[in-house]
Amino acid sequence: MSKKNLIVVGNGMVGHHFLEQFVDSDAAAGFNVVVFGEEPQLAYDRVHLSEYFTGSTHADLAMGTAQWYADKGIDLHLDEQVTEIDRDNKQVITPKGSYSYDELVLSTGSFPFVPPIQGNDNPHCLVYRTLEDLDQIRASAEGGKVGVVVGGGLLGLEAANALKSLGLEAHVVEFAPRLMPVQLDADGGALLRKKIEDLGVQVHTEKATSAIVEGEDHRLRMNFSDDSHLETDLIVFSAGIRPQDALARSSGLEIGERGGIVINNQCTTSDANIHAIGECALWDQRIFGLVAPGYTMARTLAGALNGDSEAAFTGADMSTKLKLLGVDVGSIGDAHGQTPGARNIQFNDGANGVYRRMVISEDGKKLLGAILVGDNGPYDTLLQYALNSIDLPASPEVLILPESEGGAPTLGPDALPDTASICSCHNVTKGDICGAIDAGCCDLGSVKGETKASTGCGGCAALLKNVVDCELEKRGVEVSKDICEHFPYSRQELFHLVKINGIRTFHQLIHDHGKGHGCDICKPAVASILATVWNEHILATDHVALQDTNDTFMANMQKNGTYSIVPRVPGGEITPDKLIVLGEVAKEYNLYTKITGGQRIDLFGATLSELPEIWEKLIAAGFETGHAYGKSLRTVKSCVGSTWCRYGVQDSVGMAILLEDRYKGLRSPHKLKMAVSGCTRECAEAQSKDIGVIATDKGWNLYVCGNGGMRPRHADLFATDLSDEELIRAIDRVLMFYVRTADRLQRTSVWMENLEGGLDYLKQVVLEDSLGIGEELDAHMQTVIGTYQCEWKTAVEDPEKRKRFREFVNDERKDPVQQWTQERGQRRPVVETA
Amino acid sequence: MSNKTQWQSVCHIDDLVPDSGIAVWTEDGPVAVFYLPNRIPCLFAISHTDPFSGANVLARGITGDLKGQPVVASPLYKQHFNLETGACLEDTSIKVTIYPVLLDGDEVVLEVPIKAHDQAVA
Repeated sequence: MSKKNLIVVGNGMVGHHFLEQFVDSDAAAGFNVVVFGEEPQLAYDRVHLSEYFTGSTHADLAMGTAQWYADKGIDLHLDEQVTEIDRDNKQVITPKGSYSYDELVLSTGSFPFVPPIQGNDNPHCLVYRTLEDLDQIRASAEGGKVGVVVGGGLLGLEAANALKSLGLEAHVVEFAPRLMPVQLDADGGALLRKKIEDLGVQVHTEKATSAIVEGEDHRLRMNFSDDSHLETDLIVFSAGIRPQDALARSSGLEIGERGGIVINNQCTTSDANIHAIGECALWDQRIFGLVAPGYTMARTLAGALNGDSEAAFTGADMSTKLKLLGVDVGSIGDAHGQTPGARNIQFNDGANGVYRRMVISEDGKKLLGAILVGDNGPYDTLLQYALNSIDLPASPEVLILPESEGGAPTLGPDALPDTASICSCHNVTKGDICGAIDAGCCDLGSVKGETKASTGCGGCAALLKNVVDCELEKRGVEVSKDICEHFPYSRQELFHLVKINGIRTFHQLIHDHGKGHGCDICKPAVASILATVWNEHILATDHVALQDTNDTFMANMQKNGTYSIVPRVPGGEITPDKLIVLGEVAKEYNLYTKITGGQRIDLFGATLSELPEIWEKLIAAGFETGHAYGKSLRTVKSCVGSTWCRYGVQDSVGMAILLEDRYKGLRSPHKLKMAVSGCTRECAEAQSKDIGVIATDKGWNLYVCGNGGMRPRHADLFATDLSDEELIRAIDRVLMFYVRTADRLQRTSVWMENLEGGLDYLKQVVLEDSLGIGEELDAHMQTVIGTYQCEWKTAVEDPEKRKRFREFVNDERKDPVQQWTQERGQRRPVVETA
Repeated sequence: MSNKTQWQSVCHIDDLVPDSGIAVWTEDGPVAVFYLPNRIPCLFAISHTDPFSGANVLARGITGDLKGQPVVASPLYKQHFNLETGACLEDTSIKVTIYPVLLDGDEVVLEVPIKAHDQAVA
């Protein structure tokens, strides 16, 4: 029997989810599956779209891979728009041809609504939905200073975040009297507005745009109906979505009055062989603009096509939990209290920026809805009460009061019924999770693999972990914190074993406390601990085999097996003579040179055997190793400070050099970065560093545990107006406490987030010496500083250590695979085009 | 293709680094030799070329054992290779060449294929 054809039009998140659900089902064996996508890329995660501006690529956001589609035998047509459905002949038509279908699935999504405002066709008027839209926004932002988002809803605020991350002064213009009018009430909206304005995004509510004209100071001017105006360089419309139903409309399918392809409970349209899912579909006069209901429709349709008579879409929970511009916002169920007789309990803490509202039933027993702004802590608990109709405690207000005022009883995972939905993206209940554990899953990873829980939007990750941990514990399984298969200990426990037992080698540690021979996880971790505690040379005989290649050869391995070299340039201050030496050495060895983000110079392309020769020359010119290869202090960035700058109030360069010289060589769980700014203008960007110092007219403000990179975190203000001595003592203790208690490869930002008691606790330990270990931390730091050596100086002076730097121990030849080409006047490796 | 091989002396015992690797040049190209003194036998030789990057770096990886198998982790992308079989633990379709290796007095000797031109002479 020949196969039938199933065609899916639209390759977005919901369309992809449908394929995931369908292709492995029994019915799929009877179909050839063909997919058409209008965009040139595979389906990607639109929920996390703004991450595209902070470093994520399409590959990071992609839902699947071309390989997956090929493996599943799906015929994928990207960049091919379906222009017509010929229902009489059961064919879809594209510019490239016509294709027969037996079953047709429309998952065409939605398009952004652009209000009919005069001038909205200007090339700098854009929308925010696809990666191409984002590319256009990025292009438009070039050379611009100000960006406006029209629409203060969920997506609009996401878009404002995107504009902000592009470095624009961002504005939000909203027609309603408050932000997120659908999800929030007046008090919640007001607090959200204040928080967002504190972050530098300006909010304009009750503004209707009447026209967009040419601007005077910027590209555009928005004229409002109240005769005020706003100048901007670009406008992003995010005033809601409209179902993409054009194709269905022109083929005569039933369409709702205000748009949307009408579907029944089985997601089938007015044509029995045509189905619609996701944002293009209209169910019970409603469009669902969230991903979870779309996924539910996808599952329903996959079930219905498999003949499951019980498969039905019966509406969806529209509760949402978000972080918008870093501000927590949550909205559950009947947030506005529209149920007859509903009662309200509100908690509004303006000083700490927390607003919470519970909507409860007339009899006070059930939670109907909730609004949270500023802290989503109670969200998971409240959602479970609402979704599962769990009886509220006698004094329900304890659920939203801060802990200090009575202690909020969180709804432990134990109290949830088996029917409680844990992951709404993949419809996983607590019962499913218990089932997976009973079937043999013994850790979080395997539960995720088995049930797919928390692999959608990820919003349930914390709840899932709690449920899994609790259920495992109930079954007597201990939750493992072991570093690897060789040691039944965490990094912190290993640190204590090394220190208390005076252990100085890996062999002794694994002999006394571990098993086997070690691996690439535990060896570098133990090497780092030994270095912190004893500070012996990393190439000492007992330690050399423990190190990652970068530590072994004290340089950073690049993709072709050559290394880069970064000499220390404390505080970014360098003499002309030293600059010339760097240039001369780079020229002699034909090294590619680049300025780093940490105010140093990186020399790329040195072979193993060249490393000691190059370092001999650098050391002779007064350079020291920069530890760019180590889990240790990298740089202390500084602005020029009061010495030159007319705004500087302290000598930031001097302080940066002092700090860099003090902490260079300190081995830590992960790399450390610092910066010192000479005034509040913060040119050294200290608030994105592990340790940040900002000058005041009375001394120094200290910030801790910031991070740039993959997951930026604003540093926390730790202490103010410190003297030089107070500053150094505080940093000594923060660093030592971090080095002693952090996990392997845990940056200070994550360490802080996991530290019980958080910032306040760290302040007590460091500033008030609440644990009575202050002097011990000081003494330990003094030992580390006292035993500092330039590792490269020691290495080049020792013929035994130099032997390690031979490319081939039996042959003088250079590595033969390295091929080079010229680009922009410098040498670089030939890139493989495999 | 010929199956003919020869034993080639590649380095002195003092060139080895305990629990780590060194690279040697052979008739068959670059080879990584590992010395794990706590194992019997204690010498292992595999291709020095990392199949994932094409760079000659495997001798510079960290050695150890996973579930009892002696392994080296590629220093570039951290895949593990079994030192006895050359199999990649993360990707069963990938295998690196392994070479028989022995200690002959103080010399480390490897068994490598004889190149075509050598056979012509022979």
